[in-house]
Amino acid sequence: MKKKSLGAIFMDGLLFQNPILVQMLGVCSSLAVTTSLINALGMSAAVIVVLICSNIAISLLRKIIPDQVRIVSYIVVIAGFVTIVDLLMQAYLPSLADSLGIFIPLVVVNCIILARAEAFASKNGVIASAVDGIGMGLGYSVVICIIAFVRELIGSGTILGYEVFGGYYQPSSLFILPAGAFIVLGCTIACYQAVRNRKAARKEALK
Amino acid sequence: MTALELLSLSLGAMLVNNFVLVKFLGICPFLGTSKRTDTAVSMGIAVTFVMTAASMLTWFFNDVLLIPLKLEYLQTIVFILVIASLVQLVEMILKKLSPPLYSALGIYLPLITTNCAVLGVALLNVQKGYGFLTSTLNGFMSGVGFFIALLLFSSIRERMSFAECPKAFRGLPIALIAASLLAMAFMGFSGLKIG
Repeated sequence: MKKKSLGAIFMDGLLFQNPILVQMLGVCSSLAVTTSLINALGMSAAVIVVLICSNIAISLLRKIIPDQVRIVSYIVVIAGFVTIVDLLMQAYLPSLADSLGIFIPLVVVNCIILARAEAFASKNGVIASAVDGIGMGLGYSVVICIIAFVRELIGSGTILGYEVFGGYYQPSSLFILPAGAFIVLGCTIACYQAVRNRKAARKEALK
Repeated sequence: MTALELLSLSLGAMLVNNFVLVKFLGICPFLGTSKRTDTAVSMGIAVTFVMTAASMLTWFFNDVLLIPLKLEYLQTIVFILVIASLVQLVEMILKKLSPPLYSALGIYLPLITTNCAVLGVALLNVQKGYGFLTSTLNGFMSGVGFFIALLLFSSIRERMSFAECPKAFRGLPIALIAASLLAMAFMGFSGLKIG
């Protein structure tokens, strides 16, 4: 296999192999915490920290962990980091920890983290794994922040808690409710696919 | 707890707070295994069983081990290990007792470990301070709710695969829009209250 450059690994995570848009991993949390932008930012921070730490730790341990018990070992490593982040958040950002609720401990079963551990960190060196963690983490964050931005803007007429439209706008609470989350995610993926289809068609035409 | 309260808890877990469509837990298997109705049914049964058993076991570990030893902060790690070993156990038992069911569930069984609905129900039971009976009931009923949502959605998707739709919406986007309509239908249950 050809070694990829660090930049390519980073861009894969951010765009070409985006965890939510392309791989459909970690969708649960991307729908649940996106009712407001501030929640999405908090969740992004938690996921990025856990993803980088677990990628580094698993990459360091990849020669020690026996093959048969690797999944369980990965889960324990990830659960350890998630507990650290959870406790730190409860100590320093109690209101954010409250509004994210059980979705912080549920980062353990966020498929992105386990998938990256299995598919990347267990086969690559420490630096490449750390870069992969940053790229994938940012790719996830960008998407959930876009979804949260749209949902908060339409659903409550605010951005980060500030009124945007003044008093004239009647917020459509459907977008705060679960149904709105599915619509916004569906449209986001459709936009991504439309852009990709057009790029592919242009490439085809150039040939 | 009276029978009426138990009934209200069951209906709440199954419909009003449906795990998939209201609480967004277990979306990955919901999207992943809903292309065909028969896999959806197998997955639904397996998840319901694991959720019930996990509710019982995590209650036991939490109340008998973690709370007396003041180790509540280890909840996440202990629960995920309990669930992982439970899934492994179910897999081994099924392989011995019922090979056809085992091969029908195939790769979906190990995936239940990382289904956030299972860990989610265990954490919610603790958060709400449910006892043994209510935890088990909540686990079972949430599982049934998952099963209902998965079955409905897979039937919709089977028909939808024949429909024409814009190129950009093909595949997952249109499935998500359909899920959103289903979620709107479930919003109708939110006024439901007993007792």
